[in-house]
Amino acid sequence: MTRRLPALAKYSALFVAAVLTLGPVWWTFTTSLRPAAESFSLPPSFFPTSPDFSSYAAVFEQIAVPLLVLNSALVTGVVAIGQMLTAAMAGYVFARMEFRGKNALFAIVLSTMMVPVQVTIVPVFMIIRGMGLSDTLLALILPAIPTAFGTFLMRQYFLGLPLELGEAAALDGASPWRTFFSIYAPLALSGMAIVGVLAFNYHWNEFFRPLIFMISEQNYTLPLGLVTLQGNLGTGSISVVLAGVILSMVPAVVVFLFGQRYLREGLTAGSSK
Amino acid sequence: MTADRDSALLRWLFLAPTMLGIGVFVVLPIVGSLALAFFRWDIITSPQFVGLENFADLATDRTVGISFLNTAVFVVVAVAAQLVIAMLLAVLVSSRMPPWMRVFFRSTFFFPLVLSAASVSILMKYLFNESYGVINWLLSLMGIPTVPWLTSPQWAMVVVIAVYVWQNFGFSFLLFIGGLSSIPTEIYEAGSIDGATGWRQFRHLTLPLVSPTVLVASVMAIISALQVFDQPYVLTRGGPGDSTRTVVMVIYESAFRELEFGRASAIGLVLMVLIMLVTAAQFRLARRFVFYQ
Repeated sequence: MTRRLPALAKYSALFVAAVLTLGPVWWTFTTSLRPAAESFSLPPSFFPTSPDFSSYAAVFEQIAVPLLVLNSALVTGVVAIGQMLTAAMAGYVFARMEFRGKNALFAIVLSTMMVPVQVTIVPVFMIIRGMGLSDTLLALILPAIPTAFGTFLMRQYFLGLPLELGEAAALDGASPWRTFFSIYAPLALSGMAIVGVLAFNYHWNEFFRPLIFMISEQNYTLPLGLVTLQGNLGTGSISVVLAGVILSMVPAVVVFLFGQRYLREGLTAGSSK
Repeated sequence: MTADRDSALLRWLFLAPTMLGIGVFVVLPIVGSLALAFFRWDIITSPQFVGLENFADLATDRTVGISFLNTAVFVVVAVAAQLVIAMLLAVLVSSRMPPWMRVFFRSTFFFPLVLSAASVSILMKYLFNESYGVINWLLSLMGIPTVPWLTSPQWAMVVVIAVYVWQNFGFSFLLFIGGLSSIPTEIYEAGSIDGATGWRQFRHLTLPLVSPTVLVASVMAIISALQVFDQPYVLTRGGPGDSTRTVVMVIYESAFRELEFGRASAIGLVLMVLIMLVTAAQFRLARRFVFYQ
């Protein structure tokens, strides 16, 4: 691209942007390592010379962190797996099988992607309540498993695989089941990884739906628990709240480090070409 | 033929979970929302039909009006900032540099997307604290008077916008990187022969060629910004006063604080129509400004 760009200006700008981007997270980390009583004294600490892990212990005392993590993990895990499986199955049918009304049905599925969650949240709340599932983890899990976006992604994915595979299988007398399970399914794994990683990231970090569906504290998920923690602690012991924030970021960062490629592919999938 | 029967069975079985799920949890609720908007219901007593009263109330309700105004301001400023920053950084990161550096910057700017909006708002709330926040401390080092970030109606909105843009610019950035990478370098070589460099090159060469991506990025950014909730809720709960109360917050409060489920549905429907109108308007504008190869 613009080869004439003065290198100094370019790298300075990028450096400043990177500092502004990573700075707040770094501050969170280093402050969580300060003794709680010092956590809001200025100047702030950017280089922990004597890290104090007591805030991390304190987090476990304040809120039932293991419970929060368990709830978040259960919801996120089941939703991610559920989405991967259902999207792969539906995506396969839309990509590889023919039947009357297929295109119309897919158009309906696609159009539901445009509806903001806030429009459906009130009736969904009522449906969940009607099913007797309010204040349970299933309230978060069930509505989240069927995924129009995931189905769209998997359909794109299957469309990209060669037709000859299925045709060859049919010629060899393989049943439609065999064709799917032995031939197409193994190839779909990386597409499913994209769906899974996106689902993991979205639901691990989710706040709006847990806020609405969960009433008792033992059913809270991690983001909800942390916001409650900040509310309860007020301005005392920032480092404890920040320790909780860092802890909650760990799985997301791990997924980011190993699954960055999948996240990027998934987020930009619907928008290019 | 067994193959046909197997096919049919597979079709139904494979589609069932997704179609059933979407039917129950998306289509049914949309219909439900449409219906509920014409009722008054507090979940405890039975629903009362009130016709267009909810919509009439919306038009005159002060808080609802303010929330739409706030959301409009938020969307315009946040999306503009997000797209400009993302484009600037994408152009810089796409330029010549060692591959490891490109990977580093790309990962860095993508990173905030991976975090939870609630967690980010929690830590930003501390950073922007008037008395002991790092931001004001940095300002004081430079001799600038401290700012009542979250306690002043004007600055609170600035903070909400800044936090939102910080978290979300990476998405537009990724889209732009993709769009910029599909421009062949020969175009720039040809252009520079004709004297197109720097800003002129950007305006007349890069921008038109990347305009389809800009359209996608802005549509997605606007739709997302119209639905903002987590940041204003955690940072300010909509305050001070109503200065950061967004439409989705009002929907949430109508339903789950005031137990006015019909009213909340009505607001939700208005929001959805707004989203569709704004998106349609963008595609209309696109006909003039977007250049497809």
